[in-house]
Formats: sequence, C-alpha cells, structure tokens
Amino acid sequence: MTETLTNAPVDQARSLEEGALGRFLKATELDTRMLGMVGALLLIWIGLQFLSSLRLGVSPFDFDGRAFLSPRNLWNLSVQSSSIAIMATGMVLVIVTRNIDLSVGSLLGFVGMIMGVTQAEFLSGVLGIPFGHSSVWMISLAVGLVLGLGIGAIQGFLIAYAAIPAFIVTLGGLLVWRGAAWWVTSGRTVAPMDATFRLMGGGPTGSIGATWSWVVALVACLGVVFMLISARRQRIRFNFPLRPVWAEALLGSVSCAVILGAVWIANSYPWPIGIVRRYYQDLGLEAPEGAFIAHGIAIPVLIAIVAGVAVTFISKRTRFGRYVFAIGGNPEAAVLAGINTRWVTMKIFMLMGLLVAISAAVSTARLNAATNAQGTLDELLVIAAAVIGGTSLSGGVGTVAGAMIGAVLMQSLASGMILLGVDTPLQNVVVGSVLVLAVWLDTVYRRRSK
Amino acid sequence: MNEVKGGSAPVAEQQGKTPLVEMNGMAKSFGGLRAVDNVDINLFPGEVVGILGHNGAGKTVLIKMLSGAIQRDSGTIRINGRDAPINNPRDAKNFGIETIYQTLALADNVDATANLFLGRELMTRWGTLDDAAMEAEARKVMGRLNPRFVRFKEPVIALSGGQRQSVAIARAIHFNARVLIMDEPTAALGPQETAQVADLVKQLKSEGIGIFLISHDIHDVFGLCDRLYVIKNGQVVGMAKTSDVTKDEVLGMIILGKCPPGAIPGPGAMREAVAAA
Repeated sequence: MTETLTNAPVDQARSLEEGALGRFLKATELDTRMLGMVGALLLIWIGLQFLSSLRLGVSPFDFDGRAFLSPRNLWNLSVQSSSIAIMATGMVLVIVTRNIDLSVGSLLGFVGMIMGVTQAEFLSGVLGIPFGHSSVWMISLAVGLVLGLGIGAIQGFLIAYAAIPAFIVTLGGLLVWRGAAWWVTSGRTVAPMDATFRLMGGGPTGSIGATWSWVVALVACLGVVFMLISARRQRIRFNFPLRPVWAEALLGSVSCAVILGAVWIANSYPWPIGIVRRYYQDLGLEAPEGAFIAHGIAIPVLIAIVAGVAVTFISKRTRFGRYVFAIGGNPEAAVLAGINTRWVTMKIFMLMGLLVAISAAVSTARLNAATNAQGTLDELLVIAAAVIGGTSLSGGVGTVAGAMIGAVLMQSLASGMILLGVDTPLQNVVVGSVLVLAVWLDTVYRRRSK
Repeated sequence: MNEVKGGSAPVAEQQGKTPLVEMNGMAKSFGGLRAVDNVDINLFPGEVVGILGHNGAGKTVLIKMLSGAIQRDSGTIRINGRDAPINNPRDAKNFGIETIYQTLALADNVDATANLFLGRELMTRWGTLDDAAMEAEARKVMGRLNPRFVRFKEPVIALSGGQRQSVAIARAIHFNARVLIMDEPTAALGPQETAQVADLVKQLKSEGIGIFLISHDIHDVFGLCDRLYVIKNGQVVGMAKTSDVTKDEVLGMIILGKCPPGAIPGPGAMREAVAAA
C-alpha cells in the first residue's frame, strides 16, 4: 500500500492494539451499529424459524415448508414491510431535523381514498373514461402523488414558516385527514381498483417474474461494484487513505451474494397451482405437469427499494441532504451558515407527503380497495421503524437503510407471531417491548462509543 | 497597506481613506430593552478593532447585525463605502464578512469537512456533493492551521476544544474573508492555543483583512488591537487608539462608563467624564 496514508505508522501502531475484529472493522469501514441491527434481525429470524418449525413439527432446517424461513413467508414478509418501509425513509429525515410526523397514517388513508375514488368512480362516472383504460392508473397515481405533495407542503409550511411545532401540526393532521378520508365517501369502502394499478400491491401478477428479477439482481450487483470502484478512484485521485483491496473485494462479494440470494429466494416461491392453471388456460394451453412459475421480486418491494435508494442518495449526496443533517445537529449553526432552514424543513415534509402517497398507492393496490380505516396507527409503526433503525429522536442521527431494516424487523416479529399463533394483544406487548429494548441498547451503545 | 502593517495606524492618517466597514446609527430592541442604541463603528483594512464591554452590554447583538444573524431595527452598514443591505448570514458572507462565534456554531453531528463547507458546498458537474474535492481542500486548509489534525471523517463532537476551534477558524478564513469577526475567540482555549490565535490575528491583519475582536476581557485583546470601542448598556462609551490609553483606563470605561482623556467619548459616556475631557 505505497499509495496510502501519510500517517501509516500511527495507524499501524493503533491497529495492533485493536485485535482482529477491530482491524477488520477498520479496514472495511463498516458501521458497527448497522451490523448489530442486521445481526439482531438474523437472530430474530433464526429464533422464529426454530419456534415455527417446532410448532409445525418439522425439522428447523426444512426451509421449503410453511415455517418462518421459507420462500413463501419471506416473500410475503417483503411485501408486507414495503408500505411502512417506504414511509420510514422519509420519517428519518423528519426526525433527524428534530421534527415528527404523526399524520402519515391518516394521510395514507385520505390519499388512498382519493386515489380509489378517482379510478373507481370519478374517471369513469364523471369524465367518461372507461374503467380499465390504460390512463386510469396513471391519472389516479398522479392525483395521489400531487395530493400527498401538496398536503405535505401545507403541513411543512405551517411548521417551518408559521413556527407551529411539528408535533401539533401533524397531530392535527392525524385527526383532519382521517376525518377527511371518511368524508369523501361517508365511510363507504371503494372497490375494486384498476387492474394495472393493482400491480403496485404485489401478488402473483404484481411481481416481475424470475427472468426480470435476475436482471434486476445483475444490475444491482454491477451498481455495487461500480460504486466501490468509483469511490476508490476518487480516493486515489486525491491521495486519501484507501481500504485494503481484500476489504473492497469482501464488501463487493458479500453485497452481491446478499442481492443474488434474496432474488434466488424470491424466485423459489412459485405461483399457486390454481393461478398457474388459469394462466395457461388464458393462453389456450394445457398446464404442463409440475409447472413452476416463480413470483420473483414483488413490485411494491421494488418500489420500496427504489424509494430507499433515492432517499439515501438525497440524504448523502445532495446539498439538501447535507443541510437536513446539519439542521438536526445544530439548528442555530445551520442558520448562521446561511442555510434557509425553513425552506429545507418545508421540503422535508413535502418529500414525506410524496412518500406517503406512494405507500397509499401500494397499500390500496394490495387491498384492492380504499377504506377509511386504512393506515390507522401506521404513524406509530413508521416512527418505531425509524427509531429501531437508529434514528435519534434528539436529532442529527439516522440512516435510511437502518429505518428500512427496522421496518422489516417489526414486520418479522408481527408475521412471525401470527405464524406461531400468538394472540393479538400479546403481539402488541412484544412489539412495544422490542421498541423500548432497541432504543435502550442503542443508548448503551452510544454511551460506550463516546 | 504598508503603513498599517504590524502597528497601530493613527486614526488621523486613516480619515482620508474609505473604511472597510462603516456602521452608522445601528439599533436593535428586544421588547422594551434597547440592546443596541444608535451605535457608530468603523473598521479599516488591515486593522484590528476591539469591541469591549460587560456581558450583556450589547456587543454580540451589534456584531450579529453585521454578520446578518440578527436583523437590525435601524442603521446603515457600508462596505468599502457602498451601502450593504445585510439581512441574513448569506448576505454578510457575500460581502466577505466571516464570523467565528463564541459557540463556534458547528453542526456537531457532521464531520470537519462538512462543517467547513456548510452552506458553500463544492458540487460535481452532476449537481451532487463533491465530498472528495471538499475533503482535499479541507486537508489543505487544516494543514496550514493545525498540521496535526487528521480526524476528517469523525463528527466534530468527537474533537477537542482546540480542534473544534481550528475548524471554525478554517471555515471563516477559507473563503477569502475581507472582514473577520471573532466573538470571544480565546474564551475556551488554553494558553498555547490562545497564542496561536494571536499569531493568526497578526497574520490575517498583515494580509489586509479587517478584524473585529469581541471580548469582555480586556487582557485577551489589548495587545492585539489597534483601536478599541467600549460599549455599555447598548451605547458606545468611547473609542480610543490602544496606544493612547492604559488598561486601567479602559477598565474604567467598561465598568463605569468613564471616558479617559485619550479617548473620543461616545453617547454612552458618563456626563462628568465628558465634561472632564
């Protein structure tokens, strides 16, 4: 490593004291907190696998049955987590700036209801666009996104410019949008949704199939490799300390293995036999013996991943993201540095509104209906996901990836307990305790790392 | 700039020149309290001007009006003889006015590089943050100020007081400041670091930068300043060349508002003192 550090002797001396694990972490520059979270998630998964296979009376190493770690359950888990995960990405930015958004659940209900009414009643009944027309889903989605953005802007304006605390504005929003959702149809459930719109909710047709899943995996792997290489090039260009080559290779191959493994699991979950038969019937063919059509990645999961990557990009690589964290760390310093903190705050809530609208589309599509109870208590799940994912309520700290893992972790507990036949009240007890435990562990970690 | 280099430039000599900063009739009230009341202050290039006064005398409010952090009620600010409409920190920075606040005003959770470029990030041609270029610049400027500084990747909360101070100073001088405001620059520093700050002030002065030193402690700044303004209850007690007054006389100005013969009294001076002068 001739091209590396100017302060190499110091680093070497220090790394000798740190032991193998310390050296490994230093070389790979991995975030230990993120690693801990992934470890906790894996532990929960393994625990649930043992308990569920015990209950079913099968071997805990049987991954094909109906136990927790089966393609079927993991695929469903990914779909169930996506709505909360999408909103959690935005909630990270909200909480990082020392704000809170309690309105996301109600807003999801309201936006979902408007999108439902738009496609099921307004477009065909008032504008005369036939149900099933290809523009229906696009118009409905666009209406929802604009509405979410607009409501986010209103709430953001009240918080940033009228200086009303976010807690109050969004607590008001929680009541207002839930009431508004009821008002749209006087509480009536709206169904069914447009067939194309419904793809956003997942299910056998709302998945991209084996081939495209492999394409996505390949593109993602190439992306990872490209990012590692370009980051290394940048560091060489400016003569910065470099990671050892083995660490880069390890990071790259582990990331690619995880991506490929996840897609492999999604591709191991076949369509139910009834749907396969109907599929061949529609093609005018006889279903072959032992026909296997894989789900592949579900579209809502794809949407959540795109949202996660996009918000991560915004928070790490753009000026806006830098300001979000600076405001969270020291609002006064941000103002003194010439940052328009009010406009930044308003934009955060606009982004949050947009993400809520996307989640509303996903959950309305998944339910194939818009109900006025949709999204009830989602605000708490979203906040809990962000907090379990390491977002600090005192501001300045948080990662989008962590919040998404937090969403998956909570959904894992919920669906795992359903699998185990745990009563609903006890489920709430467990999830609530895990939230408190996670935050406590994080506090301990932070105190020790100081 | 030669005649002002290193020494105290006589006020008379400067009267023909255009001041770098000219503040006239500056006023700011909070409720019924007149924090700054009709203050006139000026600063010439390459000059170090001390603004002294008790805690609560109004010096920080005055200086925050210049740095755009507080909006003034009335008064005019001229930079190089031209009206400078400074209404927020960004305006002030555009006029080359940089401030090192007593609190340092660092975002504790982000690293030194991000703090250095906060509000003035370098961007790539795709409109994203150019972190590598910023870190390279940060390494250069920190290398000059504090060669032992290596912790570019850590949140500044993990740094020592002196290191944090270097980050704040680097941020103020990296962007070609013409006017530097230092609010209690040495209040939190040890003797060695205080000496470093003094060296820095001399160096910047020799580069023609005008510097305001804000302090409540006369001993911190007396040796560095060419001129002093003393503020009491939001008004100027008096202005003096450092060479014309003693530390005790300045203390009298700060504590009693008594203007010595070597100073030019302002509106805040004690009546008898004015009469005596």
